[in-house]
Amino acid sequence: MSAATHQIQGRTAGKRKNQWGYLLLHAGMILLGFTFLVPLAWVVSTSLKTSGEVFITPVEWIPQSPNWSNYTEVFVRLPFAQFILNSLYVSLMGTLGSVISAILVAFGLSRIRWPGRDALFVVLLATLMLPGIVTLIPVFIIFKNINWIGTFLPLWVPAWFGSAFYIFLMRQFMLTLPQELDEAARIDGASNFRILWQVIAPLCGPAIATVTIFSFLFHYNDFLGPLIYISENDMFTLPLGLLWFQGRFGNFWHLVMAASMITITPVILLFFFAQRYFVQGTQFTGLAGR
Amino acid sequence: MATTTTNSLLRGVAPTRGGMSAARWRDLRDGLLFTSPFILGVLFLWAGPMIYSMYLVTQDWSLITAPKFVGLGNFERLLGDPLVMKSLGNTAFYTFIGVPLQLLTAFGLALMLNQNVRGLSLYRTVYYLPSITPAVAFAVVWIQILNPEFGVLNNILHLFGIPPIKWLFDPTWSKPAFILMSLWLVGFQMIVFLAGLQGVPKELNEAAAIDGANTWRRFLNVTLPIISPVLFFNLIIGIIGSFQVFTGSFIMTKGGPQDSTLFIVLYIYRNAFEYFKMGYAATLAWVLFIIIMFFTMIQFFFANRWVYYEGKG
Repeated sequence: MSAATHQIQGRTAGKRKNQWGYLLLHAGMILLGFTFLVPLAWVVSTSLKTSGEVFITPVEWIPQSPNWSNYTEVFVRLPFAQFILNSLYVSLMGTLGSVISAILVAFGLSRIRWPGRDALFVVLLATLMLPGIVTLIPVFIIFKNINWIGTFLPLWVPAWFGSAFYIFLMRQFMLTLPQELDEAARIDGASNFRILWQVIAPLCGPAIATVTIFSFLFHYNDFLGPLIYISENDMFTLPLGLLWFQGRFGNFWHLVMAASMITITPVILLFFFAQRYFVQGTQFTGLAGR
Repeated sequence: MATTTTNSLLRGVAPTRGGMSAARWRDLRDGLLFTSPFILGVLFLWAGPMIYSMYLVTQDWSLITAPKFVGLGNFERLLGDPLVMKSLGNTAFYTFIGVPLQLLTAFGLALMLNQNVRGLSLYRTVYYLPSITPAVAFAVVWIQILNPEFGVLNNILHLFGIPPIKWLFDPTWSKPAFILMSLWLVGFQMIVFLAGLQGVPKELNEAAAIDGANTWRRFLNVTLPIISPVLFFNLIIGIIGSFQVFTGSFIMTKGGPQDSTLFIVLYIYRNAFEYFKMGYAATLAWVLFIIIMFFTMIQFFFANRWVYYEGKG
């Protein structure tokens, strides 16, 4: 009996100690959460202030009355609607290319056996780790020679050749699908192409979602590409447009933050609707590092 | 191998004398066909440009006039260019101080998220969110946050009695400011660590606890070895990325004050697209390429001393 009581007492004491630890942990995490949210809170808050409220210290986080007209003013001062369209065009074309190429190449690297396949996979792993800076200038000159400078083409066409990272993700996913699927289809006389579109691709939903999101985010956030390839103002993507806005109206903090908010919002929306795939994709990448 | 044989048997295709059945020819053809986008991509967007870039290294070319052969002239110029060492030094500082801090932050956050707390997905969302904001927006926002007079950071520091810091206007504080900012962007590494931590078998920890190992020893001897591949991955990716830092300094400081945030990619960009010295810029890019590859190789070389792979013993 005494042994049992001891055990119970020991357990409650441990529990109490754990509860303090738990509380402390929560407090720490909440504090960190606020820290991580400060920049976003700053954007939202400042974007709704009047020019007078911006430079009040200490910071007033909640403006007297939200000044929504800052947002309309951004669209009046610079063609942000056009920037949004340009960004969407480039991002969608690039994403489409990334997804299609990743599916095709990953299939060739995981579900067909052919000599040279493993060598090509090694090449893929190598390009995954090559620093892209070395090709920046030669690729620019190549695009210049084929008169692509000043068009959207350099921003999305490369995606159609497949990006190592997305192919890798897709391949790892395809490897988890049972081999019997292909074999059954092959017995029925299906070609590799039919096996891909009718058997494998429909099962790759989660991987396709992950590639879609990462690729969209990459093209939408891309800055260096538009910076060197786009020069005409009405072809600017959002990052370039925002930079232009900052350059011209940098002193109007409330307007700059409204413009930033316009640029950030689609990303945040995407994140909230597809958070699962972000986390899943990142985890997958990490485990792939093993 | 076995599958291919079964397949050809199932399809009733007899192996031809050359050893290659019709089915295997078809698989070779299809394999090449399906991977052809990537093969072409490697040729036209990697291998071709890299070879072309080696040619550029020997040229003096402004894109407007005809290229002129200068042999090793670009390397000579590089050795006499004080901004090369300056920008490489800045980049090394940012990388070798920044990456360990980023990994520590990411790992700390992952450890907390691994404690089975209530509201885990909310915390995870909050910590991850900043890392997906467009780099330009992030930079534009931080220009204001780091403003010495009206910025929120100095405002908060003031509450603790810390006098205002000039951040991006002070050569001693500008690089630390960039490192500080980078800590908001560790969401990706955090999730990678978390995935690794969740792969640590519970039984292993429990067994160690029964053997009398305290929390710290369990962390050192159980958790750390098992997540070492993930740590290695984050380290490799972190260093490669950090060496190529660009957007922040391009937008926020333009390399200043006193070239204290002139990072090497910014200097390459300037030579190529502002001074139109294509040959020289390509040379600098190659130097950076070799530096990054060097550090990557070193890490792979030392990896088998500390990275533990399950099943490899």
